[in-house]
Amino acid sequence: MANPIVHALVYLIGLMTFAGLNAAYLVWCERKGAARIQRRTGPCEVGWAGLLQPLADGLKLMTKQLLVPDGVDAALFRLAPVLAMLPGMVALAVIPFSAHLQALDMELSALFIFAFASLAMLCVLLGGWASGNKFAIISSARAVSQNLAYEIPMLLTLITIALISGSLNLREIALDQQGGLFHWNLFRLEGWHILTMWIAFIIFFICSIAETNRAPFDLAEAESELVAGYMTEYSSMGYGLFMMAEYINIVVGACLTTILFLGGWGCPFDVAPGWWWFGLKMYALIFTIIWVRWTYPRTQIYRLLNLSWKVMIPFSLINLLITAGLVKFL
Amino acid sequence: MNLPRQRYEETFVLNLGPQHPATHGVLRIKVTMDGEYVIKAEPVLGYIHRMHEKIAEQGNFAQFMPYTARMDYLHALAFNHGYCLVVERAAGIEVPERAEYIRVITVELNRIASHLLWWAAFLLDLGGFTPLLYAFDDREQILDLLERTTGSRLTYCYFRFGGVCNDIDDEFISGTRTFIDRLRKRLPVMYHSLVTGNIILIKRIKDIGIISTEQCRRYGASGPVARGSGIDFDVRKHEPYSIYPELDFDIPVYNEGDSMARYMVRMDEIEQSLRIIEQALDKLPDGPIMAKVPKNLRPEAGTCYAAVETARGSLGHRLLCNGDRNPYRLKLRSPTFSNLSLFAEVAEGMMIADVLAFLGSLDLVIPEIDR
Repeated sequence: MANPIVHALVYLIGLMTFAGLNAAYLVWCERKGAARIQRRTGPCEVGWAGLLQPLADGLKLMTKQLLVPDGVDAALFRLAPVLAMLPGMVALAVIPFSAHLQALDMELSALFIFAFASLAMLCVLLGGWASGNKFAIISSARAVSQNLAYEIPMLLTLITIALISGSLNLREIALDQQGGLFHWNLFRLEGWHILTMWIAFIIFFICSIAETNRAPFDLAEAESELVAGYMTEYSSMGYGLFMMAEYINIVVGACLTTILFLGGWGCPFDVAPGWWWFGLKMYALIFTIIWVRWTYPRTQIYRLLNLSWKVMIPFSLINLLITAGLVKFL
Repeated sequence: MNLPRQRYEETFVLNLGPQHPATHGVLRIKVTMDGEYVIKAEPVLGYIHRMHEKIAEQGNFAQFMPYTARMDYLHALAFNHGYCLVVERAAGIEVPERAEYIRVITVELNRIASHLLWWAAFLLDLGGFTPLLYAFDDREQILDLLERTTGSRLTYCYFRFGGVCNDIDDEFISGTRTFIDRLRKRLPVMYHSLVTGNIILIKRIKDIGIISTEQCRRYGASGPVARGSGIDFDVRKHEPYSIYPELDFDIPVYNEGDSMARYMVRMDEIEQSLRIIEQALDKLPDGPIMAKVPKNLRPEAGTCYAAVETARGSLGHRLLCNGDRNPYRLKLRSPTFSNLSLFAEVAEGMMIADVLAFLGSLDLVIPEIDR
């Protein structure tokens, strides 16, 4: 596409559709998945197998009143859910879905995503603070300490990957892993990285669950303690946007894990186009996240922080040192 | 647990309930917090007070029977049993043996249903959704069985002074035997492997909410709460009533006093209840299910006391009669009221998430506290 404006427009519309549809249909997948796990049927009334349920839900949320309680900071209260959608959307722009399917190729795209992921936490804080509700404030305080704690091991793992690939460009990290299963960072035979990368993968995966506030780390919206956490006062699409933001963040997290560890669009057997493999890996990861949520109970906030500061960070540091040694001496 | 600071300058009061997901029913807890630490927890009661004890004085003896099930709606048959027992003692009614067996079988089935529901709700408090559906699946079997015999699924009014109102049939007996086998198979797999052994669950309830034996005695705690703190007391064993002395069962006791101990006591009790039901079904005699009882009961003047073991602890009824057709005074000693009383003392200094886990482990049924 020669014209950069057309290029930008096409990708913009494409990404927003992708993000919106994903958010809507991941809710459906989650409800169906949860229903399977719990021996129920899940949504089945609206459309075939309940496939129109997300549309009905969206319609319902949109027609509800957005209640702004007395004593809230009305401007911030309205702004927070809109801002919450933003980081995930922007992060999707730099993700290479296949060798040719990427909106924007950037030199520091991995870092770019992390910068915006931190912003997502700010929106939760904003929403909780503006609500002026005690549950919401406890929840946003939790979200901030949780995100701070888990960004560090995540970034350390990213540095480990950067050492192996020699780049912070997601496209190049993915290109570096082409050529079959044993070139993926997770199973990389070259330079003996297979020995340590599975630890990095586990750390990264746990961190991405914690970053996206998903069970068993959904302390910020622990409904048995904090009712609905930072979303307590939100109704209508204010709540809807927060939910959409959560699912978009899950997609971004799964995309990132796919690119960093599972070879991006690389296929173990040359049978299908790259974007197909990318989707397969990404949705497998998302399914695992859903599966975990409906199996485990929630942990406590102090154990969560202990896990990060006392286990994840030391392990990712050691991992970084070993990897640096392997890169240097092998 | 140590409190973070000694001077609480920036505390705030958080109202948990009466409408809060973790305070099942309408319990309200006023918590004074410093950050996430609870400095003071104060349970506030009275949101569902219905003056049951006063109602008992208004009508005749039989008229109060349906109300008993509305107090502890999860173990309603035990409340039926307790009230029947005290009236039968006052009026000197002998219950036929078959009726006693049926009473024990249904009460124990109901106890299992109550423990299963507690388990489900407790896991829900801890953020695990799925166990609820599995437990409800098993509980559903019990409710179906009890519905066949008693006619209702939750608030039973099945016992009568001098017996029970419906006999159990072969289908109930075979259904109960099938259920015993089913639950015995499922307990280790669906309950213990999936949930009890889970590391997150263990971390969440082990060493959390430790109640000392001394505290239990001071507040008069009973049931699984006391047995989790090393007090070997169960009314069925130590102040026997009905046919319990003829049956062989154990009282699970744990000494740790934490939420895990209470959890394990209840899980073990499910197995013991299965044993009791199995034995009672084997020994079930033939005969009448009702004794000859005058239509209008007029017990002699005097007082009478009877205690039974419900799923939550010992339930006492003290009945004061003056020779009239209605009780002069009926006083209930309900187990969860005492079990909740120690909550405030133990909760001090804990973090909010642990407080709610601890609250869940007490197995509170609010309508039974607020009568």
